[in-house]
Amino acid sequence: MEHIVIIGNGISGVTAARHIRKLSNKKITIVSAEADYFFSRTALMYVFMGHMKFEHTQPYENWFWEKNRINLKKAYVRNIDVTSKTLNFEEGDSLRYDKLIIATGSKPNKFGWPGQDLNGVMGMYHKQDLENLEKYAPNNKVCKRAVIVGGGLIGIELAEMLHSRHIPVTFLVRESSFWNMVLPEGESAMINREIRDNGIDLRLGVNLKEIISDENGKVRGIEIAETGEIIDCDVVGLTAGVSPNIDFIRDSDIETGRGVKVNRFLETNIKDVFAIGDCAEQHEAIDERRPVEAVWYTGRMMGETVAQTICDNRIEYSPGHWFNSAKFLDIEYQTYGWVWAQTKENEARFYWEHESGKKCIHLNYNKTTREFNGINTFGIRMRHEFFDKILTNKKSVEYVLEHLADANFDPEFYKLHENDIVNKFNQENNTNIQLKKRSWKRIFQTS
Amino acid sequence: MKKIQNIGLSLFLIGLAIFTSLIFLGKYEITTDLLENIVTNKGIKSDLFISDIKNNVVGKEFTNPFSFSSKITSALETANATHKQNNEWDKVIWDKPHSFSYEIAKSAGSGIIKEHKGAFWWLTFGLGILGALLFIIPNVITLGPPGIKNNGIWFNKATNRGWIGWFVFVFLVGFYLLLYFRPDYIVNWTYIVDPISESISGNTASQWFVYGFLYCIVMTVMAVRMYIKYRHNKYQVLRTTSVLFFQIVFAFLIPEILVRFEKPWYDFKNAFPLDYDFFYSWNLDQLITSGGLGLFILIWGIILTLVIVPIMVYFFGKRWYCSWVCGCGGLAETLGDPYRQLSDKSVKAWKLERWLVHTVLMFALVMTGFTLYAYFSGVQDVLGLKTQTIQDIYGLLIGSIFAGVIGTGFYPIFGNRVWCRFGCPLAAYMGIIQRFKSRFRITTNGGQCISCGNCSTYCEQGIDVRAYAQKGENIIRASCVGCGICSAVCPRGVLKLENGPEKGRINPTDILLGNNVDLMDLVNQK
Repeated sequence: MEHIVIIGNGISGVTAARHIRKLSNKKITIVSAEADYFFSRTALMYVFMGHMKFEHTQPYENWFWEKNRINLKKAYVRNIDVTSKTLNFEEGDSLRYDKLIIATGSKPNKFGWPGQDLNGVMGMYHKQDLENLEKYAPNNKVCKRAVIVGGGLIGIELAEMLHSRHIPVTFLVRESSFWNMVLPEGESAMINREIRDNGIDLRLGVNLKEIISDENGKVRGIEIAETGEIIDCDVVGLTAGVSPNIDFIRDSDIETGRGVKVNRFLETNIKDVFAIGDCAEQHEAIDERRPVEAVWYTGRMMGETVAQTICDNRIEYSPGHWFNSAKFLDIEYQTYGWVWAQTKENEARFYWEHESGKKCIHLNYNKTTREFNGINTFGIRMRHEFFDKILTNKKSVEYVLEHLADANFDPEFYKLHENDIVNKFNQENNTNIQLKKRSWKRIFQTS
Repeated sequence: MKKIQNIGLSLFLIGLAIFTSLIFLGKYEITTDLLENIVTNKGIKSDLFISDIKNNVVGKEFTNPFSFSSKITSALETANATHKQNNEWDKVIWDKPHSFSYEIAKSAGSGIIKEHKGAFWWLTFGLGILGALLFIIPNVITLGPPGIKNNGIWFNKATNRGWIGWFVFVFLVGFYLLLYFRPDYIVNWTYIVDPISESISGNTASQWFVYGFLYCIVMTVMAVRMYIKYRHNKYQVLRTTSVLFFQIVFAFLIPEILVRFEKPWYDFKNAFPLDYDFFYSWNLDQLITSGGLGLFILIWGIILTLVIVPIMVYFFGKRWYCSWVCGCGGLAETLGDPYRQLSDKSVKAWKLERWLVHTVLMFALVMTGFTLYAYFSGVQDVLGLKTQTIQDIYGLLIGSIFAGVIGTGFYPIFGNRVWCRFGCPLAAYMGIIQRFKSRFRITTNGGQCISCGNCSTYCEQGIDVRAYAQKGENIIRASCVGCGICSAVCPRGVLKLENGPEKGRINPTDILLGNNVDLMDLVNQK
């Protein structure tokens, strides 16, 4: 029986294992050093905040793995010998594979800051980071202030986590406005306000110079490069992005760049070795996507795809239209298609913001053809299927606005803003778009 | 703010302590006049009982309900035993001992509580309400800006099955045991709501009036908590208002007012088979002899179950009842909301749920079938079983122990919908319709799910919502009561409760939206 070994029990590896099991009888082993069972990394923050217990982050009950004949091995891979098809573990033992899937995910970036390895300095990615945070920031007596370095999605999550325990937070962001290499100005400014409204000390346009140690090798404070200001703190969170977690592969024959290099079939340069998820790097970026994508659902899709290839149905990884979502404190964010931070040459934009300053939408469309390119929506939920169809069928921005009521995905009885939005668009563009009433027929395509 | 909350908590606990201590207080004395009254009113023919009471109780003062109750119930039981032995069936007192003792205690009681009903109302209900509100209202500020704020729920000893949870569990179970099985111990509670009862129905309060009144108060106070916690979510606000309205007006005021006009006590929204004694012979007789209104109630009750319930479930799912109308649901969604995360999500629990809830439904239907057969044919036994015995077993096991003691008492341990999930026959009936013939579903928003598990954690019905959401599948579960909390706690806007066309409602899918290759097509082609 062919033995499929998967390194990493995150969403990518586990999805691959599940689909291989559905399609075949192959022997499957998942190797992980992080946790006994698959858990949802995205939910670690809710464990710290007391919304959930760790066990709630596990999507499958513990009996699931044995019942589906998926072997779990807790071990740390030291290296891969691709000629003998063997994994060698730190613990001294080894494991032979017939096909290998590398799904080791990411690790937090460290940019060689002085003091970056002190006690009390951590990322927020692994289960161990959570345990570390629990140790150094259990409450606002032990941790009188925390400093977060790096303004991305994990940074703001960490800020929210600490804030939930009433720990004062200083949030250092290199950019001039939060996440503004991804978000356009309006949205970015909205999140700046949201962060500050929650009492988080947001510092924009600053860099970390060094992390200062106390006499016991624990963090005591940090220094800001631009101003030389020293901020006393007990915990430093490093959240300046992530990069592929592939150090143990660097010495092998498997080709790596930033991540493990793969083709569209998720195959590496070595036969029978595949890489999926955050740690995989496409030779050439797909559409407008980045070659390395550290996104939950792309990991899942790569797992679904590689399972097909391994089960003798070789197909290309084809991730479809871009979408994503996040939550910034109390503001939910969804995006479908592309809305770049900076307007591109052939693009036109439409921005609507609610008077509360907590909701907005931002449309991006082609200036000449009027084709809809994408939407950012904050504080209003929208239907994925609606926009997926729009993008596939290359509908116009007018069509989107006309059918905006179909797109709404907010809970029942919520106040609707479609009229406001369409009116504003009509005013600005001298158009006469009439909002259509929501139609279940269109939404569910029953006709 | 913390200070105000602490003061509130202290006041609440003082009120609760006084309320509890009332059980141990009071004076009970039967005078000769009173005994005569009782004997005439109840038509007591047992000379043994009368002489026993005369010799051992009359003229003596009891300072707590326990010794009083034990004298009365033992007198009754001894007398009954002798009468039964001697085949003196007309002398047997058929009342339940503690209900009988309750009726006597209600008129035999005296003392400070009965004399100062108003003052004690304020010391118990008053302090409790005031304290609870002082504890709850500062949440507007302490919880932070509107939004989902479940911070620390799993660290709190009250909501993570910690010692406070167990303490509340013991207290609630004790409360229900007293209410159902020892009403004579809680006579003092009835005194303090007498004035309210008299102003509504014209009668003094029974233990059931205490329960109904307390129910409304608890729901109202905890609804304030819901309004604050979910003030950003209009679905939750409207739903809370709806259950509160139906509890206060339909379950509490209208029935009591009906009594005032000498009509049968009836809760117009309580549908059979949840209202399991609707077809009992005494109820049918009462309705038939109550003129036009009685007849209307009879027809309404039947139409409610056979026509209105299924039609509404078809259009809106069972949520229209469970989360918008029902009293049990109302309590679960207000008092029970802090405990929703304690429901068991395992597949095992799901299996148990299906067995139990459908067994109760079958039990209720068979019992009602027997009852109706007996009613129309005039016999007492059906298939060798006394219908009375079956009714008694159902009333004790399902009506009292399951719905009350376990259903509410176990909130802090098993979550707030234990009864609704495992026991309610009406929920089982609606669940079957919801699963197979309804427009209701929870739509999953394409590929947006990140498997975080907030939805499953906060599902009071123990549905593993995430298992569906992460597959891009709609949630069509018989047990879903449509509370809408999964949608509220989802950080990525993945879930929406909606009523749409039946076609496409169930969408089994192996591959999520976003992956351009339709892998299922490929699988099917092979």
